[in-house]
Order: sequence, then C-alpha cells, then structure tokens
Amino acid sequence: MAEAPMAQSYPTRWKRPPVLLTHPVWRKIILLGGLVYLVLAIQTVEVDWQRVYLGLERGWRFVQGFLVPDFTSRWNDIYAGLMESLTMTVTSTVAGILISVPIGIGAARNLAPAPVYLACRGIITVSRSFQEVIIAILLVAMFGFGPFAGFLTLAFATIGFLSKLLAEEIEDCDRSQIEAIRATGASWWQVVNYAVQPQVMPRLVGLSLYRLDINFRESAVIGIVGAGGIGATLNTAIDRYEYDSAGAVLIIIIAIVLVVEYSSSYIRRWVQ
Amino acid sequence: MNTQVPGAQSSWQFRTPKQTLLRWLGWFWLVALTVFCWQVMNENTIWAFVIDAPDQAADIGDRMFPPAWSYINNLWEPLWDTINIATLGTLLGILIAVPVAFLAATNTTPSTRFVRPLALFIIVASRSINSLIWALLLVAIIGPGLLAGIVAIGLRSIGFIAKLLYEAIEEIDDKQVEAVRATGASGAQVIDYAVVPQILPAFWGISVFRWDINIRESTILGLVGAGGLGIQLNASLSTLAWNQVAMIFIVILGTVVLSEWVSAKVREAVL
Repeated sequence: MAEAPMAQSYPTRWKRPPVLLTHPVWRKIILLGGLVYLVLAIQTVEVDWQRVYLGLERGWRFVQGFLVPDFTSRWNDIYAGLMESLTMTVTSTVAGILISVPIGIGAARNLAPAPVYLACRGIITVSRSFQEVIIAILLVAMFGFGPFAGFLTLAFATIGFLSKLLAEEIEDCDRSQIEAIRATGASWWQVVNYAVQPQVMPRLVGLSLYRLDINFRESAVIGIVGAGGIGATLNTAIDRYEYDSAGAVLIIIIAIVLVVEYSSSYIRRWVQ
Repeated sequence: MNTQVPGAQSSWQFRTPKQTLLRWLGWFWLVALTVFCWQVMNENTIWAFVIDAPDQAADIGDRMFPPAWSYINNLWEPLWDTINIATLGTLLGILIAVPVAFLAATNTTPSTRFVRPLALFIIVASRSINSLIWALLLVAIIGPGLLAGIVAIGLRSIGFIAKLLYEAIEEIDDKQVEAVRATGASGAQVIDYAVVPQILPAFWGISVFRWDINIRESTILGLVGAGGLGIQLNASLSTLAWNQVAMIFIVILGTVVLSEWVSAKVREAVL
C-alpha cells in the first residue's frame, strides 16, 4: 500500500528540456521581449497592398524575363559592363594583394614591432568598418564616374579583408621553423622569405582567389552608385523596365560567380 | 677531397629548372593579364579628374566637418526602420532557409537526385545576387518602401543561412540519429529529437551572424528606395549636404559596431 503513491510521483510523460536559454525566468523574459519587439516592428511597416498587387504583374513579367532572357538587343551595353566588371575585378584584386601583403606582415604581432603593428591594424580597421558601397560613393565623388573609382573601392576593401586574414595566418605560423631559420643567422627579410612565406603561401593563394570571387560580386553592386561595371547596366535595364535584359544580366552574373567559385575551389585544392 | 658527384649542381637550388620556368611563365601571364585589364579598364578614364581627386577629397572633407550633429533628430526613425528591415528580413530568410537546408543536406534530403540539386540551385541563386540588387528589383516590382527592403534582405539571407546550416546538418553525429530511430520514431520525430538538438547552437550562431551582416547591408538599401537610413543618405548626397552625410556615416558606423558587439556576445553565449 505504501508503494502506490510512490509510483504515482513518477511522471509518465517526458518533457524535453530546452537546449538553449535553460534559465526558466530569463527564457520567458527574452521570449516576451522578442514578441513585443516583433509586434512593434511589424506595426511600423507600412505596406501599400494596392501597389504590391499592381506590382505582381510586373513581378510576373520579371520572372518571364528571367526564364526567357534577352541577350541580344542590349548586348553592346551588357558586353561593355561585363568587360568593365571583369577588368576591374582583376586589377583591383592584384593591386589589393600587392598592398595587403606588406600590411598583413606589418599587422602580424610576431614579425612587426609595436608601432608598425598598431598602424597596420588601424588601416585594417578603417578599411573593414565601411561598406564597399559607401566607399564607392565617396570615391565616385572624388574621382568621377567610371571603373577607376570602382577599381579603387575594390582594392581598398580587399586590403582590409586580405591583410587581416594574412596577419592571423602569419601569427599562427609554426614558431619552431622561424626559430630554426633565425638560428642560421638569417636577417629579418630572410626569415620572412624562408620561414614564413612557405607556410602562408597556400593560404594566401586561397584567400586571394576567394577575394577575386567576392570582388566580382561586389563589382556588380557598386555600379549602382556610379562606379562602373555590370551593375550600371543592370540599373539601366531595370529603370527602362526591360526585364528580359535585366534577366540576361542576372543570369550572366550567376554564371560567372559559379564558374569563379568552382574554379577557385579547384585551384585551392590543387595548391593546398 | 675536391671530388664532385657527376651531374650534381655546384649550388643548391630550391626548385628544378622546369619548375622555375613554369613559375616564371605563370607570373608572366599574370602580369600580362593585369596590364591588359588595366588598359581596357582605363580606356575611358578621364585622368584630369583623377589628378584633381586630392583637391576634391580636401573639399569634401572640408564640407563634412563639422558633422551636422542636430541632424540626428531626423535619423531616429530611419534607424528604427533599418533595424526592422534587418531583423524581419533575417526572420523571413530563416523561415525559407531552414526547409531548404534540410532538403539540401545529403543525410536528410528526400531525394539526392531531384530535390537536392533544386535546393542547391536556390542557395546559389540567392548567394550570387547581392541584397542591393535584390532591392533594386523589388523596388521596381512591389514599389519603394520597407517591404521591398525586408524581402530583399530575406532573399539574400536564404542562401547564406541554408548553406551554413546544411553543412552543419551533414556534420551531425549519426549515432544519435540511429538511437532515436531505434526507438521506433517516425521521420519527423527523428529530425525533431535527433537532428535539431545537434544543430540548434549552430543555427542560432548562423542566424545572429547573418543578422549582423544584414544590419550592415540594410543601412544602404535606401539608396535604391528600399527604406531605412539609405533614403536619408541619398537625399543628403543629392543636395550635396556633406555635413549631413558625415552625420549619417557616424550613425551607420555606430550601429554597425553595436550590432557586431551584440552578435559576438550572443555567439559567445550560444556556441
């Protein structure tokens, strides 16, 4: 008779404990806060459903344009934009690598003295904190419209990306190899050349190819603010409501991104 | 003892002559390609503008300083809109990305031959097109405003979240899945009890990371009419009110730094 209440106290149903936010009170507070925010946020979004409904027809035309793209009627514009984008991508990546290698070495704590380190880290922070589009706006205002401003934008953005990752890679280097080379009486340049460079080279090649890929994607965007490239062509096509030409441009962008991505991953595997 | 092995080189070389030649050729092609691209790119560059640039930069810098501090009162509402675009857009992206990720992961997809390529195509298409381009399209289609921005951010986020999430799903521990399946669980129950708990930390980490990126991107979406701070930026740029532009840049920078801090804290707590 004493066993019956004992058996009842065992729960017959199992409730799964939460994986995250295990504290019950905080869980409720955070969930409630999220809900309140959502209600407030959705209330401030004013949607003109009439306009959206009218737009559906245009949306359908865009889908049709994407499915049956028109490469021919604006081919000259598309070709010019594409050439600008591709040349801009190559030159800005090369220039960006050339500048970011010394900055990356300077931003590595194990190779550079403190003042150089701080200066290089400062350059990296400035380059990383602003978006490409904002830099492009400023540079277009300074250098005028066209791919030269785009080239500068992409090169500047490349510096922040590549130097930071290169510096981290150098800091992760195997110390014993550096010490071994230094023990032979090598100068600083020889240490960089014979101990650090062979260790970081595969990674540097991989990162450069990855940045090439990113720069092409970004070159399609900064054209919208006047920095040349295929983005300008796309912007014009959409302004003219030529959705079939816009579809063609988008398909070309997707195809090139795919080709660059696959070939760069192939080269990276081959290098590493 | 001055004997030399026949055929051996007098000095040590790091690479064989053939390797040296190939590397030399590779570098030559790279330089040639760069020079060629430089020539093509700068065919239409007006160098007078480029030479003039330092003066222009000094002029713009002069006009930017001091920033129009009082202009910040016009920026609170666009700032709220910007944060909403990023947050609601991320939520929209998550809603679509989660099923796509499960369809794309080799261990949860119903069919590797038909469904998986389709899911991978969705991921690639979403990833290749920047959110500013999505916004450009959507403003033309559904009209300017917050909705276009939210949908643009959502569409761009699908590829990012789905790609990282399906990679996380493919890396889960199979033993747990087997154990749950051995209890007689259905397919949905296996996903609920064996897969989801394993990927939940990764899922929150990815989502917050994307939210952080989306805050950055939503600050400029207004340039093409999709709401937020970018609209004010566009207005100030077109009236050449550089001191207002400077103030907007300061607000954008502050928002980005803050969102990065929040995202780092959340990821630290989750992972």
